[in-house]
Amino acid sequence: MLEVTNLHARVVDAEDGEILKGLNLTVKSGEIHAIMGPNGSGKSTFANVLAGRPDYEVTEGDIKLDGESILETPPNERAHKGIFLAFQYPAEIPGVRPWQFMKAALDSRNEAHGEKKLSVREFSKLFDSKVAEVKINPDLMKRSLNEGFSGGEKKRNEMLQLAILEPRLAVLDETDSGLDVDAMGIVANAVNALRSPERSFIIVTHYVRLLHHITPDIVHVLADGRLVETGGPELAEEVEREGYKRFLSGQEAEPAPAGA
Amino acid sequence: MTTSSKQPQKISRNTDLSDQEYRWGFVTDVDADMAPKGLSEDVVRFISARKSEPEWLLEWRLKAYRHWLTLQASDAEPKWAKVKYPPIDYQDMFYYSAPKRAEDAPQSLDEVDPELLEAFEKLGVPLHEREKLAGVAVDAVFDSVSVATTFAAKLEELGIIFCSFSEAVKNHPDLVRKHLGSVVPYTDNFFATLNSAVFSDGSFAYVPPGVRCPIELMTYFRINTEGSGQFERTLIIADKGAFVSYLEGCTAPIRRTSQLHAAVVELVALDDSEIKYSTVQNWFPGTKEGVGGVYNFVTKRGRADRAAKISWTQVETGSAITWKYPSVILRGDNSVGEFYSVALTNNYQQADTGTKMIHIGKNTKSTIVAKGISAGHGQNTYRGQVKIMPGAENATNHTQCDSLLIGDKCGAHTVPYIEVQNPTARLEHEASTSKVSDDQLFYLMQRGISDEEAHHMIITGWSRDVIKELPFEFAMEASQLLKVSLEGAVG
Repeated sequence: MLEVTNLHARVVDAEDGEILKGLNLTVKSGEIHAIMGPNGSGKSTFANVLAGRPDYEVTEGDIKLDGESILETPPNERAHKGIFLAFQYPAEIPGVRPWQFMKAALDSRNEAHGEKKLSVREFSKLFDSKVAEVKINPDLMKRSLNEGFSGGEKKRNEMLQLAILEPRLAVLDETDSGLDVDAMGIVANAVNALRSPERSFIIVTHYVRLLHHITPDIVHVLADGRLVETGGPELAEEVEREGYKRFLSGQEAEPAPAGA
Repeated sequence: MTTSSKQPQKISRNTDLSDQEYRWGFVTDVDADMAPKGLSEDVVRFISARKSEPEWLLEWRLKAYRHWLTLQASDAEPKWAKVKYPPIDYQDMFYYSAPKRAEDAPQSLDEVDPELLEAFEKLGVPLHEREKLAGVAVDAVFDSVSVATTFAAKLEELGIIFCSFSEAVKNHPDLVRKHLGSVVPYTDNFFATLNSAVFSDGSFAYVPPGVRCPIELMTYFRINTEGSGQFERTLIIADKGAFVSYLEGCTAPIRRTSQLHAAVVELVALDDSEIKYSTVQNWFPGTKEGVGGVYNFVTKRGRADRAAKISWTQVETGSAITWKYPSVILRGDNSVGEFYSVALTNNYQQADTGTKMIHIGKNTKSTIVAKGISAGHGQNTYRGQVKIMPGAENATNHTQCDSLLIGDKCGAHTVPYIEVQNPTARLEHEASTSKVSDDQLFYLMQRGISDEEAHHMIITGWSRDVIKELPFEFAMEASQLLKVSLEGAVG
């Protein structure tokens, strides 16, 4: 489904060099991949480059979805193709209701696929059922998007969007950071509920704890812009025990706390 | 009202969305019956005579004209606003033009000039579609003369008067004479004085005591004849305990030469009454390069008596220059004044707009929510005065001024004037300036929403506190206007 080859990327107009330095990754349908790495290894950059964030430019390599390069595809069309990014820091949009936002998002996708838009009634039904499913406080849905939401509520709201949009490839960018145990459970449940042979996940995380709730098929360690090791769930356990020291030759070692 | 965008979408900072021509740009070929070019006592008399006005009104016009001459001689044209424009030659314009058929005013829509109807069609004024008008009476001003009024009969049953200003002068001279100039005197300011001398037509509404006007009263204004200024005069009176909601919407066709528009609106809210006045202003803003466009120099003011409430809501997207300060004189105890505004300037548009809240009575309360959106080379100034007079015990004001910048060549300015002469007053002033952030845009686009739609969503969301004050149909139109007005500016 997703094929990333020799991906090099850097921040647009930045003096600094590349953040991603030749990343290779293949994700098949139905797989859950975890990408772990210390701070500054390029995890968030990778997540954002997949989604087409314009702040980054790809200098070398390719990203292919179903065999076609998406490097020139703008973010909204990548979304239409089924890529979803759960943001580490979701933006606040004053005056825009979550309902309105999701309706517009779903409409745009249906339009791009030549499908019929949901009526207000149909969409409301869908929305309300998903709100109940991810157990987000319905009162929050009367507010502006993400405005006045706590960190945990923002993440839960990302899961709501994930559940509504049902993407083919969901990228979770440190969705677990700053979450308490309950919220972690919500995120895990949302992901596990959506697990299917047609849907893939890339879970980007510094910590191991989310992976106690979602068992990944494949675990990668990202260090200095490359995937330096790939393995099964046991690799995550090793990181939990040993930290990232082994992967950081000559660099400052940093432990990976297991967290709650 | 939905438009789907099929333009290619990129997210680069210089996204070039197709720059649409001014959507309502067309010229209607109606032979105008014009006053001679220039301004003189003869022209004032010509206008008055063409409208068969009573002697007292002619005298009032002439007093205004003579006063205006002294203002002009002392160079009293306001210069304090943060707007730039070449000197206006007041002798190089026409002060009166009317559609040819004005002489025998049409009795029904069937008698209206077909070309006029077609023009309204393009404007989206559904005069002949009564169903669509459901609940709205339209008094359409086309180049200064009203051509049709609907729902008159229904209103008449309730004793509500809603007609053109000229008709009011003929049929309700006492009401007009009593209130004309009572809120904005002919000596008020340079442009209001000019209007008092040469005003052509406008709207008049009167709601009798205790009556709640069941429909939104609605007027469309249009400027059509080349080089003709348009000088509307609107007078709305809510008698004791009455309620009226009034909508004013505007579009204008493309013209190369700048056009002066100096209207005056007076609102009189007697004890316990309420007037809600909503405007969507979309006059020709000039070309992308800043050529042409309407000069909108307008004086709008209301007087609120005991426990009366006046609420101004405006969405200003048009005109090359907007100079406008809808104000409330809170004369009666417990009266309330509100001002909700979104002003948008794109390309080379300039807006200097705001309000004045003059607190005279006790326990008076005013609220100001002013939002300015600047894009392109647009310059947007909020200028607002809050004045608490010595007798205004326990007056309160809350002011919120927000500016949104799109691009790096535009400007936003906030100029509050606060004058407090009573120590019991409580005033709050909040101000903010922000930009449409890349984070917000990327967030929306990541969910599949196009660049253009994302901008629109962020901007209308940001304007929501004002737009929600508009009646529903108007709110849709206003939101759409913000989108159209920003085409080519976003990205």
